[in-house]
Amino acid sequence: MMTRRCLLSTAGLGGLASRGSSTRDGNEAGLNMLNMKSFWLGAGPVSNAAVIVRLGAIGAAMLSVAGAFAYVGGWLSPARLTQDRMMAAFRDANGTHAGFRRNHAKGVCVSGWFESSGQAAALSKAAVFRPGRVPVVGRFALAGGMPFQTDAPAKVRSMALRFVLPGGKEWRTGMNNIPVFPVNSARGFYDQLLASSPDPATGKPDPARMKAFLAAHPETARALALIKKRQVTSGFANSTFNSLNAFRFVDAAGVSVPVRWSMVPVQPVAAASAEPSAAGDKNYLFDDLIAQIAQHPQQWRLIVTIGQADDPTNDATLPWPAGRRQVDAGTLTIDHASSEDGGPCTDVNYDPLVLPPGIEPSDDPLLSARSAAYRRSFKLRAEEDHEKPPSAVTAQEVQAGGKS
Amino acid sequence: MTTKTRFPAVSRILHWTMAAMIVAMLFIGVGMAASVSSRYELLVAIHRPLGIAIFVLCLIRIVNRFINPPPELPDTLPSLQRIAAKASHFTLYALMFIMPLVGWGMLSAASYPIVLYGPLRLPPILPHDLTLYAWLRDLHTGLAYLFFATILAHFGAALFHGLIRRDGVLKSMAS
Repeated sequence: MMTRRCLLSTAGLGGLASRGSSTRDGNEAGLNMLNMKSFWLGAGPVSNAAVIVRLGAIGAAMLSVAGAFAYVGGWLSPARLTQDRMMAAFRDANGTHAGFRRNHAKGVCVSGWFESSGQAAALSKAAVFRPGRVPVVGRFALAGGMPFQTDAPAKVRSMALRFVLPGGKEWRTGMNNIPVFPVNSARGFYDQLLASSPDPATGKPDPARMKAFLAAHPETARALALIKKRQVTSGFANSTFNSLNAFRFVDAAGVSVPVRWSMVPVQPVAAASAEPSAAGDKNYLFDDLIAQIAQHPQQWRLIVTIGQADDPTNDATLPWPAGRRQVDAGTLTIDHASSEDGGPCTDVNYDPLVLPPGIEPSDDPLLSARSAAYRRSFKLRAEEDHEKPPSAVTAQEVQAGGKS
Repeated sequence: MTTKTRFPAVSRILHWTMAAMIVAMLFIGVGMAASVSSRYELLVAIHRPLGIAIFVLCLIRIVNRFINPPPELPDTLPSLQRIAAKASHFTLYALMFIMPLVGWGMLSAASYPIVLYGPLRLPPILPHDLTLYAWLRDLHTGLAYLFFATILAHFGAALFHGLIRRDGVLKSMAS
């Protein structure tokens, strides 16, 4: 404001050849201008030319600071992968679904508790591993940003958990029923989203783009081969869910070890039937889970795998070698299911960087990427909350015991 | 020079310390809100405790302003510039007080643990409420841009006093 005003009055000053050289006619005007100058710019011993140079310097200094701010904010770098561009890629791939999570959009809330065995307490000082119980609020979901997609055996299933610990501490984790993650970087994830987005001309993903993506990302091609080979079970209740990313457990003495963890079902494993969903139930995976929980609490054992020095912690596409030491940290019991609409998991962001003292992030770049993207997704759906339609698995469906 | 024309040492130390912290905070904020890189985690880990530190220093600074009132602006300053100076200073004080509270409140409404460092956490100051979170989250961004714009104007005005008006206003804080 102030600077613009000064620039305007200096523009007026430009008409003044120099102090004291005004013509008869211009005498009065010149004097007025001089008064104006001393009024707005002060009466310092600075010549008109110097005033202009100095105003220019001030403007340049301000512009540099504003430019640095814009650079850091990503506005000057169209190629940089930002949170907004990641969200735009989700929109391109899945369409707009107001009020839903941008990924793992179709889900159901569950709750129960975790009973620690005490066996992991020597590895991590986290309160969750001391013998005893902590309440858990969780969410089962299907990967992908489409909240009304039809359940199918091969679709990636996820389990997200929030362990509520004493003293305002928390542990949140999101796990998938795949052995490794398909990508190892935010850029890889973004490129995969773009490659799997429907082509506007055909409405279907372009196989050539996916082929080009896989050629550029050999780590994804290798990971997908492992993912394809996994045993697909009959439902959520007998699926094993893996952390995929590595973390670090820190003990009371401050010593840390790399870990990955899994939720391994206590329920007997049965292979998924080759038949499509029973009686054409679009939500059969969720309905089965709801019915099973209503019948009997469902349980998983938290198995912590301790990595060795050479095991990759920064690349989620790579499995750790077999035979690593494993610790049975305790048992998760899920005894209640509810729809997302009004359910306890809906307003929770299962951000993988919400960790209690005793669990720390590894050097895996996906952890920051996931945290940043989850938070942006959470912000967007919070803004859209008032326009969100009912979730696929409704309260009535849960009430009816999972039969839709 | 009398003490009237210059800020006391306590005021100058508070001003310059907070200036560095707030500028760092705004750059960290705009950077982390755009980032999906591995720097994101570090930026967020700095942003929270730095914001609370700014809030604490802001309280000290408000008390200090009553103990050590700032020197009067020069009589030669036109009234419009005087009003702009008063208004921008009021805005800066209001923002350094309110921004950390909006941030703290916004994390509370989202039910994120408010981690300062290690096991140190702050209690929530607002209930877990998605609508409230959405509102505060957007307010935090909006106020951050206003904060940056006001600091930029403050910076430009300081240089204007120092290089053009040369009326001792910049010197009262910078020397």
